[in-house]
Amino acid sequence: MTTTDGSSTDDSATGGSGDDEPSDSRIETAIRDNHPALITYLTAGDPGLDETRRYVEALDRGGADVIELGLPFSEPVAEGPTIQAAITRALEAGTTPEGFFDLVDALDTEAPLVCMTYTNLLMQYGPADSGTDVEPFVERAAEAGLDGLIVPDLPAAEARPLREACDSVGLDLISIVAPTTADERLETLMSTTSGFAYVQARLGTTGARTNVSGATHESLARLDGYDVPTAVGFGVSEPEHAAEIVAGGADGVIVGSALVDLAATSDDPERDLEAKARELKRGAADGLADRELPASPEPERS
Amino acid sequence: MTDSVHSGTSGADDEVTTSDGRFGGYGGQYVPEALVPALSELADAYQRYVIDNEDGFRDELREHLRTFAGRPTPLQRADRLSERYNREIYLKREDLVHGGAHKLNNALGQVLLAKYMGKERVIAETGAGQHGTATAMAAAHLDVPCEIYMGRTDVNRQRPNVYRMRMSGAEVTPVDAGSATLKEAINETMRDWAGSVETTHYAVGSVVGPHPFPAMVRDFQAVIGEELRAQIRDEIGRLPDSVVACAGGGSNTMGTFDAFVDLAERRAADDSRGRSPQEGTEGVALHAVEAGGSRLGVDEETGVAPNSASLSTGTDGVLHGALTKLLQTANGQVVESHSVSAGLDYAGVGPELANLVERGRVTPATVDDRAALEAFHRLSRLEGIIPALESSHALGYIEECLGANSGTSSAGADDDLGEVIIVTVSGRGDKDLETVLEETERRDLEAAPDVEVFDG
Repeated sequence: MTTTDGSSTDDSATGGSGDDEPSDSRIETAIRDNHPALITYLTAGDPGLDETRRYVEALDRGGADVIELGLPFSEPVAEGPTIQAAITRALEAGTTPEGFFDLVDALDTEAPLVCMTYTNLLMQYGPADSGTDVEPFVERAAEAGLDGLIVPDLPAAEARPLREACDSVGLDLISIVAPTTADERLETLMSTTSGFAYVQARLGTTGARTNVSGATHESLARLDGYDVPTAVGFGVSEPEHAAEIVAGGADGVIVGSALVDLAATSDDPERDLEAKARELKRGAADGLADRELPASPEPERS
Repeated sequence: MTDSVHSGTSGADDEVTTSDGRFGGYGGQYVPEALVPALSELADAYQRYVIDNEDGFRDELREHLRTFAGRPTPLQRADRLSERYNREIYLKREDLVHGGAHKLNNALGQVLLAKYMGKERVIAETGAGQHGTATAMAAAHLDVPCEIYMGRTDVNRQRPNVYRMRMSGAEVTPVDAGSATLKEAINETMRDWAGSVETTHYAVGSVVGPHPFPAMVRDFQAVIGEELRAQIRDEIGRLPDSVVACAGGGSNTMGTFDAFVDLAERRAADDSRGRSPQEGTEGVALHAVEAGGSRLGVDEETGVAPNSASLSTGTDGVLHGALTKLLQTANGQVVESHSVSAGLDYAGVGPELANLVERGRVTPATVDDRAALEAFHRLSRLEGIIPALESSHALGYIEECLGANSGTSSAGADDDLGEVIIVTVSGRGDKDLETVLEETERRDLEAAPDVEVFDG
């Protein structure tokens, strides 16, 4: 596993259960070194892969610390209307897994890149005789320079083959922790996730919202005390949300639909994406400052 | 299914997979984390109420099936078809279930289960509108609020069912995504459930989806096969030689076949449910008939399959929470399927059925739009039964194997059907009349009735 500080390359994907201090992955390091971190999402191929390359570079310039790229799948059950529409546009533009990997090959960003996609695309990638094996996808992802995967329709009980494949090439497999994830499952997810824990801020699907849900604060309270960094997504769209979430204890915020929407509607998407990333990053930093004020009251927890 | 799925999903040395709800390598729970606790809760309720009959759940369900749904349905000898084919042809009359299709068996079971689980609301997807109608009726009967998601395309082509749902007090929400048919309706219902899971039950309409739905829906539909097995014994003193059912998602197929599936692992499961062993059923041939549409295959360019033949031509992949056979492009995008029968129009199929085909217990077959339409007219004319277009595929298969023009394809298949053949008529065709008239005219079919009575 590569680390930016060149320290030991122990396998961090085991979740640090041993006594040895595990080294951080590139993603984990990016979050710790740039704490509180901004994680951004765009759907690759919306409206085309060339545009995605320029948009990603704009987010990188604007201060995104980790960049998620959605590889579009025809049945995006975890997504709300904004990202569903982006996925439809990307598929209509002819985006394929191979084109996606070519894009990643061509990208040279400071922020590590994460692929967000669905189980079936992982299973189908590779030679026809590889059946539903996920190894060909994972190997190509690592070769292209991706640092992690998020697979929203692959809960822990089904994730073992993928986690083993990711471990063997040093990719992080980031678990999603939902508001309904209870104690035992929470324990499992937090001990197996690598890179960071994706904290789902609310039930339902992705999509920009106007406020931060109470469930977010409850979730962050439950996650207090785990080593792995936490980042909150689902509904985060404004700097004030980022501030509130970081003040509540998160190590990072994840913004997707708001950026997808901005890219689709702006007359200068690169300029606006870069500016929006900067604002969000500043919001997150404000939240940390709030948290560190000694007299600061506890954030609202209900 | 490749071995890699088995070894990949489980430890390297054990044969059985570690996650719940597998049929061989098929099945599983490929859903967002937010839904996993709800599926565990449902699996627990399925075990306690449906299998162990806690609080008399099964007794209450049986009573609703008898008094509200009209069970048992008859097994009828089709005299003129028997004469036509020179075989003994029997029809299992699910078209006589309240609402006009087998769908109510499952809808009643799930809405009742939702009540036992203390859920305040039921949601469901529907394609042709039959499951939506059945769920709306069951919800009205059992006094549970109900919302049905239906693709906009289906809303427009299945208006009578939309009216029936609304008459029963259900909210009907059109879905505009993608091709705006069943696949998208399921996606949208899953999204609703991901947000409402704490108070809401998702009544899945077929033997598809994540565990425990495929097993639970099969159990609710198994009444079809249990009845017909007893009925044919009463009638002729033995089991049939073959049983034929149409297959879309596969709920009437699995409901019909379950009483004849005697696999070692199923036997163990049946023992635990106190069911009678299904000895001697291995000699009964099981045929699942899929929609061949206008032709087989997937068009990679357009992402469309002009058929719904996932068992016959599909490849392994994950759709709607289960690993199964599906119609997809080489890249793994799920394609739009097509059939003249809206109820068979689905790109996936139940994982247990995929497994039964893989192990050779169930024989898949396809019947195209034209043969299904001809079978629709044939049964209407010869037996006075207007079958659903879905069921017409099963009837079309009998004709292709045994009819005057058979022998051109599937040589030898007719031997497999044997002397005594049972066909499940999964639903009645009133809902299809408009489609049938249009499609018949377009094709200039011989068997078509003269409906020019309306002209001038």
